[in-house]
Amino acid sequence: MRHHLILRVVTKLLVGTIILFAFYVQFHGDFSPGGGFQAGVIMAVAFILYGVVFSLRKAQKVFPPWLVHKLVALGVLIYAGTGIVSLFLGYEYLDYGAFSPHHPEHGQHYGILIVELGVGITVTGVMVAVYYAFAARPPRISDEEW
Amino acid sequence: MATETTHHVAMTLSDHLPVLAILVPFVAAPLCVLLGSRSLTWPITFLASAASFVTSFLLLLSVIDGGFISYHIGGWAPPLGIEYRVDAANAFVLFLVTGISTIVLPYARESVKSEIPERHHTLFYACFLLCLTGLLGVAVTGDAFNVFVFLEISSLSTYVLIAQGSYRDRRALTAAYDYLIMGTIGATFFVIGLGMLYMATGTLNMADLADRIADQGANRTVRAAFAFIVVGIGLKVAIYPLHLWLPNAYTYAPSAVTAFLAATATKVAVYVLMRFLFSVFQPSFLFEVNTLEFMIIPFAILAMFAASFIAIFQTDLKRLLAYSSIAQIGYMLLGIGLLNESGVAAAVAHLFNHGITKAVLFMGVGALVLRSGGSFFDRIEGMGKLMPWTSAAIVIGGLSLIGVPGTAGFLSKWLLVQGALEKGWWPIAILVVLSSLLAVIYVWRIVEAMYLRSPASDIEAKEAPLSMLVPIWIMAIACIYFGFATDITLTASHTAAQGLLAGPVGLH
Repeated sequence: MRHHLILRVVTKLLVGTIILFAFYVQFHGDFSPGGGFQAGVIMAVAFILYGVVFSLRKAQKVFPPWLVHKLVALGVLIYAGTGIVSLFLGYEYLDYGAFSPHHPEHGQHYGILIVELGVGITVTGVMVAVYYAFAARPPRISDEEW
Repeated sequence: MATETTHHVAMTLSDHLPVLAILVPFVAAPLCVLLGSRSLTWPITFLASAASFVTSFLLLLSVIDGGFISYHIGGWAPPLGIEYRVDAANAFVLFLVTGISTIVLPYARESVKSEIPERHHTLFYACFLLCLTGLLGVAVTGDAFNVFVFLEISSLSTYVLIAQGSYRDRRALTAAYDYLIMGTIGATFFVIGLGMLYMATGTLNMADLADRIADQGANRTVRAAFAFIVVGIGLKVAIYPLHLWLPNAYTYAPSAVTAFLAATATKVAVYVLMRFLFSVFQPSFLFEVNTLEFMIIPFAILAMFAASFIAIFQTDLKRLLAYSSIAQIGYMLLGIGLLNESGVAAAVAHLFNHGITKAVLFMGVGALVLRSGGSFFDRIEGMGKLMPWTSAAIVIGGLSLIGVPGTAGFLSKWLLVQGALEKGWWPIAILVVLSSLLAVIYVWRIVEAMYLRSPASDIEAKEAPLSMLVPIWIMAIACIYFGFATDITLTASHTAAQGLLAGPVGLH
């Protein structure tokens, strides 16, 4: 990839923008189309693009596989944990009204933000993990043996 | 800004029991991965499973005499919101699934250590917990689409669990892949059926679905939905011609996984089938009666004979037991097809009894695999002398499989025969007895190999470790206990059968 100057420069420019857009989709998801799933995929695209252009090794330096696995679990825990908090506040599981008892609508706003954050983290993790799993697979037969 | 204030009565822990049974293993799974500690994973898994077991037991106690508990996820009332609904039928299934997992886990520790490399243990137990979550969720939910979601959670983790057997035998990979293809086709059929039901009725809540189907009667959409759902779930149940994924999956999966899955996964699918046949659709529809009478019953009888017959000629003990499972599923389906209280009660009771029976047998085989290095008949010869305790437990399991009086298996076959006679279908009662004779043959083959042959010269097996023997024997004693103390099973299965056969009324 050393000689693909344009690709490298454009990728470096794009990665930041993509991540920024992912955050926009993530946190604006309750007003406009978007949310955790879309944002997670967009976020993962930033890392996958980086990996495709600059090699898997460099991508894994930025975002090591062990961290990817932890994030997958963390997102699920954030989602389930939100429900558990509402459960401890004396409401039904995942009843976001619990977060603002006098204004259930506000509570629902907070609740969906946190839950979507969890979704976003897990989706990012899963997409990157899928990419790593496929890209890191050593070829069964090396090219010379054909 | 909204200024309204709403009054809320705080809920207590006991109100949350239906969701806690699912939530504890569900949260424990990512926790295991996040902590990533090999020493902590197993205790967390076991505690989660045990907590879920206690919860399920409390739920069973509160609904065993009829009635149900309804829990609204997110505070959204059904039919719009997702509802968890616990009655005698699914509390019984919850109790079985959590009970088996709690007993299999201590056993799994040694077995998994010898069959799966240590670096995968954390993820293995996380998958185990997810599988448990899925199975429990399928049982507890009262929302038809939620059934699909949980079914997928359990199936996807099951594929991974089966593939873990590849360190012992590479064929586990193709077995898992076969199951993945078949399971996905099943799930797709199921969800297509649900889509049609949604189109016809505009709702996904089971109780609401039942009402609306009863109101509008049978039409082509509902009939097509019925067909898709029966075939879809049928693949998961392993109804006879749809069973091809099962023998390989059970044979090549790690021993602990086989013990857990054989005792729970198909049983939960049978429960879902009953729920849809009796609660969502009504047995009063002609197309349903016809399906049961001309499709389910003949295939059930075919399974009872054909699968038992194939089992007799197997050279691998695990595979023999897998085919025997297909035959036993035939008994459950026959009970369902009889469409009377004894028959359905027999199906529910057999679901439980066969669960504990197969748990003993597969755990016993797992112990043999650990010590003798394989489950082929030439590896288990003479084990009656080398591993007396394990072998004795396998024999008890085998007796229960045949349905010898005094074991759990007898009770459900008795109910089944009774159900057939009540209907006046005495040839079917005779067929049940005849097919049990086939079970005598394959169980005798196991006994003969273990007790009447001398061990192969290269085997120096000693008795299985205590951590495996104790769970095996808990299950073996349960096989005998539930054969004598029949009240618990009978009460629960009759209440469940009444609830199920009451049709949509049973959901209110």
